[in-house]
Amino acid sequence: MNSNIAIQTVEKTTAEVRGMKVEVKDLSVFYGKFQALAEINVDIREQMITAIIGPSGCGKSTLLRSFNRMNDLTPSAHIQGKITLDSEDIYAPGMDVVDVRRRVGMVFQRPNPFPKSIYDNVAYGPRLYGVRRHSDLDALVEHSLKQAALWEEVKDKLHQSGMSLSGGQQQRLCIARALAVQPEVVLMDEPASALDPISTLRIEELMQELKKDYTIIIVTHNMQQAARVSDYTAMMMIDEQRAGRMIEYDQTNIIFTRPKDKRTEDYVTGRFG
Amino acid sequence: MRKTFEAEIQQLKDELLLMGSMVEQQVLDAVDALKRRDVPASHRIFDSDAKINSKRYGIEEQVMILIATQQPMAHDLRLLASILEVSAELERMGDYAKGIATINIRMGEEPPLKPLIDIPRMAKKGADMLHRSLTAFINEDVNAARAIPPEDDEVDDLYTQVYRELMTFVMKDPKNIDRANYLLWTAHNLERFADRVTNICERTVFIATGEMKEITSSGDGSA
Amino acid sequence: MNQFSVMLAQGHQRRRSSRRTVNAVMLALTGLLTLLALIPLFWIIGYVFYRGGKAINLDFFIHTPTPLGVPGGGVLHAIEGTLIISLISSILAIPPGILAAFYAARHPNTPLGVALRFSTDMLSGVPSIVVGLFVYALIVVPQKHFSALAGGVALAILMLPIITRTTEEMLKLVPGTLREASLGLGAPEWKTSLSVVFPAALDGIITGFLLGIARAAGETAPLLFTALGNERFDLGRMIQSGVQSHQSIFQVIGRILNQPVDSLPLTLYKYAQQPYPERVEQSWAVALVLLILVLLVNIIARLWIELRARRLRG
Repeated sequence: MNSNIAIQTVEKTTAEVRGMKVEVKDLSVFYGKFQALAEINVDIREQMITAIIGPSGCGKSTLLRSFNRMNDLTPSAHIQGKITLDSEDIYAPGMDVVDVRRRVGMVFQRPNPFPKSIYDNVAYGPRLYGVRRHSDLDALVEHSLKQAALWEEVKDKLHQSGMSLSGGQQQRLCIARALAVQPEVVLMDEPASALDPISTLRIEELMQELKKDYTIIIVTHNMQQAARVSDYTAMMMIDEQRAGRMIEYDQTNIIFTRPKDKRTEDYVTGRFG
Repeated sequence: MRKTFEAEIQQLKDELLLMGSMVEQQVLDAVDALKRRDVPASHRIFDSDAKINSKRYGIEEQVMILIATQQPMAHDLRLLASILEVSAELERMGDYAKGIATINIRMGEEPPLKPLIDIPRMAKKGADMLHRSLTAFINEDVNAARAIPPEDDEVDDLYTQVYRELMTFVMKDPKNIDRANYLLWTAHNLERFADRVTNICERTVFIATGEMKEITSSGDGSA
Repeated sequence: MNQFSVMLAQGHQRRRSSRRTVNAVMLALTGLLTLLALIPLFWIIGYVFYRGGKAINLDFFIHTPTPLGVPGGGVLHAIEGTLIISLISSILAIPPGILAAFYAARHPNTPLGVALRFSTDMLSGVPSIVVGLFVYALIVVPQKHFSALAGGVALAILMLPIITRTTEEMLKLVPGTLREASLGLGAPEWKTSLSVVFPAALDGIITGFLLGIARAAGETAPLLFTALGNERFDLGRMIQSGVQSHQSIFQVIGRILNQPVDSLPLTLYKYAQQPYPERVEQSWAVALVLLILVLLVNIIARLWIELRARRLRG
């Protein structure tokens, strides 16, 4: 009798049914002649949290920024391979960058609210897309702030400056701002690394709530956070040519209890380097 | 990297080995006392089982501390979970030996039913299997671990033999039933003792591969 | 305690008393030098207030000059002139200055960006009298008269490098993540610059502007060949006559622009040289007015920044 009582994985049956929201095929990213990422292949499942981990400088942020074409801002950046969002290539010549960025939102490492009122911060995005009516904006702002678990704390001071909030609140404001344009995917680049432990846990709780509606991809150097929060984890490392590669990609439970690659094992057990 | 952690793990392994050798000794002593009808010795064995129990709790506590403070992952996590499991197995194995000592005490002044031959053999085999399985566990030697469970068949065969022999005694004279029972119970304890060694071997494989699979001895002969 | 801590403890002891003396000496020295640096400032302010205060009265501010000997004259014409020229130079200098700064900050390594930076630096080093001469040849000669417009252009050229430089520095101080956040939401570059970067840098930009104005208001040399001076300039009368003869607003403005005007520094220059003691006294009063003006501009600048900062902190 051969009962595989392996760590009964959280292969939620729904996950099998869930489609791939973002697919990365043989992606290589270059800055001029320097190759930052080499032949990355990874499929991001919708309405799940995927974490990207790895040692410093392994290209995690570069990969993340490829998802919303933020790498385009660096003049010398160019890519090979492709990234598809709902099966559409986001780097295709006819593709509207603005639309990609609306559908794929981003939250940054340090909270960076605009020097405007809380209301205007959240309303900035929708206004860009032509939402003008006051009642519409009011509803959108309230909804977004509620989604970011910030509404109760700021509903009476929407016209105060966004910079007057605490660090954790500012980061939630930035999340509300990103959510206001109704994205499909939310990218988070070390969203809690600049925050205290309690704010960090709040953000993690928030992520669990948000994944019901959004596909979330998070870069983090905090392994415990990746373990706590994500459903899938991708492990990256640089090769001898200093290009970032994907070493292993699997369910989070497996990566942290019985990873297949020794390099992953060494990294998660803290014996790397 | 993680020198402190590594050192703590090594210490835990040493403690486990120590606990294992205490259990080995205890089972051999218990059977030996039974053979010699040495009741005071059995009393001593009974009392010293407490030491084995406290070793187990010490190991447990240390594992909990390491889990809380070192955030073990992957292999480290499997190892610590297995140490927890194995220390529990060892404690129960110690209880089997204690049970044999109890039997000896209960038998009291009654003369033995027959000279003990197979039962000491079972004990020796069991102790030897335990010793090797713990060595394999500490060294994470998967091949050695896989080779041990089949030897359980020997113990099972001896048990069957003992059972048959004792049955003939009972059938010859029903008044023998008490003393036969005592001896049967002893053999039963030793058979269970050897079974638990298999669990330890399975854990060794688990640590190395991450897969928990039963290692079956061919033709399960448990009566 | 290891050998090193003993070493340090011993060294520390040795140093103790001499350190105290050195501390005291340096403190005294820096205090003295600070005082020395402040003396000219307070001396000037004090003296100007003293000499100028005697000739200043309400008339000074609301009347044009009266002939010598007649009391109740003022320098309204010069005040109006200064305001008009400052207005013209601001309108001319601010848009190009800010736009150039935006470009140079965003594209510092392109040929145009480098050229902008270089020329801004060069321009700030050009002597103001040379600028005046240049504008004389450019505007005054073809027009065949001196004008407020010419004066405004000259001062605009002087203000431009200050505005460009400060704006550029302030733009660079805006954290890049702010820009990225806006772009990440899907905003185009121009909207990001306008709605996010510019407001974030606004405080500094305003400071730069006020500094530029303060400098321009105090310039005399370039105005010598451009605005020249006009004792009979009277804004009120010009507007009145324009209204009476039903001229359009553009025509009235045109007339004003084409007049030679006086400015406060220019008036000071002229009055101080005249042999009449009343005029000399009045020049001190003009100096006082100028001083007060500059102080006012600085105070307003600082108040503005403080208010904005308060509002931002919530």
